[in-house]
Amino acid sequence: MERKLVCISCPLGCRLTVTWEDESDITVKGNRCAKGESYAQEEILAPKRVVTATVAVAVLAAAAAPAGAAAADAATADAEGTGRATAAPAAAQMPRRLPVKTSAPLLKEQIPALLNQLYTMEVEAPLGCGDILLEDIAGTGVDLVATRSLKAG
Amino acid sequence: MKEKRADAVVIGGGSAGLAAASRIAAEGHSVVLLERESELGGILNQCIHNGFGLQRFKKDLSGPEYAERFVQAARKQKNLEVLVETTALEVIPGAVHAVFGYSKHGGVTKVDAGTIVLAMGCRERNRGNIGIPGTRPSGVFTAGLAQRLINIDGYIPGRRVVILGSGDIGLIMARRCTWVGMEVLAVIEIQSYPSGLTRNIVQCLNDFGIPLYLSHTVSAIHGKDRVTGVTVTPLEEGRSEEAKSFDLDCDTILLSVGLIPDNELSRKFGVRLNPETGGAFVDGGLMSCIPGVFACGNVLHVHDLVDYVSEESERCASFVVEYLKGEYRSPHHPVAAGANVKYVIPNKYLPQTTNRFYLRSMIVKNKAELVVALDGEPLKRKKLAHVQPSEMVSFQLDAAELSRVSESRENKLEVGIY
Repeated sequence: MERKLVCISCPLGCRLTVTWEDESDITVKGNRCAKGESYAQEEILAPKRVVTATVAVAVLAAAAAPAGAAAADAATADAEGTGRATAAPAAAQMPRRLPVKTSAPLLKEQIPALLNQLYTMEVEAPLGCGDILLEDIAGTGVDLVATRSLKAG
Repeated sequence: MKEKRADAVVIGGGSAGLAAASRIAAEGHSVVLLERESELGGILNQCIHNGFGLQRFKKDLSGPEYAERFVQAARKQKNLEVLVETTALEVIPGAVHAVFGYSKHGGVTKVDAGTIVLAMGCRERNRGNIGIPGTRPSGVFTAGLAQRLINIDGYIPGRRVVILGSGDIGLIMARRCTWVGMEVLAVIEIQSYPSGLTRNIVQCLNDFGIPLYLSHTVSAIHGKDRVTGVTVTPLEEGRSEEAKSFDLDCDTILLSVGLIPDNELSRKFGVRLNPETGGAFVDGGLMSCIPGVFACGNVLHVHDLVDYVSEESERCASFVVEYLKGEYRSPHHPVAAGANVKYVIPNKYLPQTTNRFYLRSMIVKNKAELVVALDGEPLKRKKLAHVQPSEMVSFQLDAAELSRVSESRENKLEVGIY
């Protein structure tokens, strides 16, 4: 087997040619330092990526109510996924999405399942930056954490 | 109209403004910070991907995490007053500068201050800036606008997208669009090399098998109400090869075709701008041609790492503090961009202290050398493993290295890359 990679360990961007018969015997050519070797090994054997995404922030009835019926209607429409931009005054201070990341790189093959889970996930304020939202994703020991804090609505 | 007085007004509450405002306030000076949005943090809030803070914090942070550290630091400053949802609309320069902020809640606030820090950041070049022919349907977004729609507002701007320009925001959005279920058909780049970082090419395009067409451009946009497709044309030796054009069926186009320092306000009140950077001409203390008006961050020149913005802005703040104490140093001597260098910031230097310079290469080269000359004679050489236009270069000169500076000469520094 042979694969061409670009090493991203530093800005030099060495063009690597990786060849192997079986996974215990990987040869890397084109690297200018040892980082290229280990980068190529990991990319072939177990490529991993940090996942960054967002999850929905629950619009609480209490937060929507003071703005009156119009805001409540808009909030309901959003929850059903049919809504347009609401810009309801009561919701203005509460972001609609919470940015999240995995606490460590995740195997590439495990990413689609995580993303699917995130599409339907909803969190409630208050939250702190770094709070764990999903623990030990698929037994990897990697968590999903909030990357900003949210004050209570 | 409300009236306030402060030692410094900082315009913009993104990474530059936060770092500068906190540092000035920490030195005991009163600061008013004007922020247009309802939250501090600026563009970092929508940059939910990681890769921030590797230099400054030795940590791989997302944009919001990086912002939150600076917002919390700013909140602790007793001398710092933050006005959010307040847009600086006008500045009247003078012995004391008057800054007029407008807010839909509070009306007009006038802040009188001896110093101003311009920290408004930059904006994206758009379709008008690059003049793409074709119809004018909906579905054409700048990459940063799409990023905001997806990451902050929670909307998906389309289904099938073509990205024009391989700047970092475009590359990051290629991955983001894929991860929210959009189909990214291609990234089209007019240059023969990518304009974004290599790690973004690898992790945002190669990971998903998204093709990158170098030396290609979008020669037409199709569709009446909504985009229905684009025509992509290759360039050979600078000429469009129309016979080799092909069409892609898409409903969305994202533009990642460069950033422009947002200096409309600065221009209006007389700040002299540098056509090479789009930012102010600044002296060794990052002060513009108007005494007491400083600039830092992307409004001065577009940076590729926020870590550099924070460093530059804190350094700017220390010069503001010197100015406020009546200890602003001079003379400043000129700095010029030499061979293969697009620009060097600042445009002047102070010989009796340590000067940090940022510059951008015009060439792609491995094993390059940075050469700094003083009045034509080499003063400093630095080996650079790799240079390319998308990676900013930085170096320092301290007072000892500048000991050859004397009153009898021009003392012009010229910075070249060979």
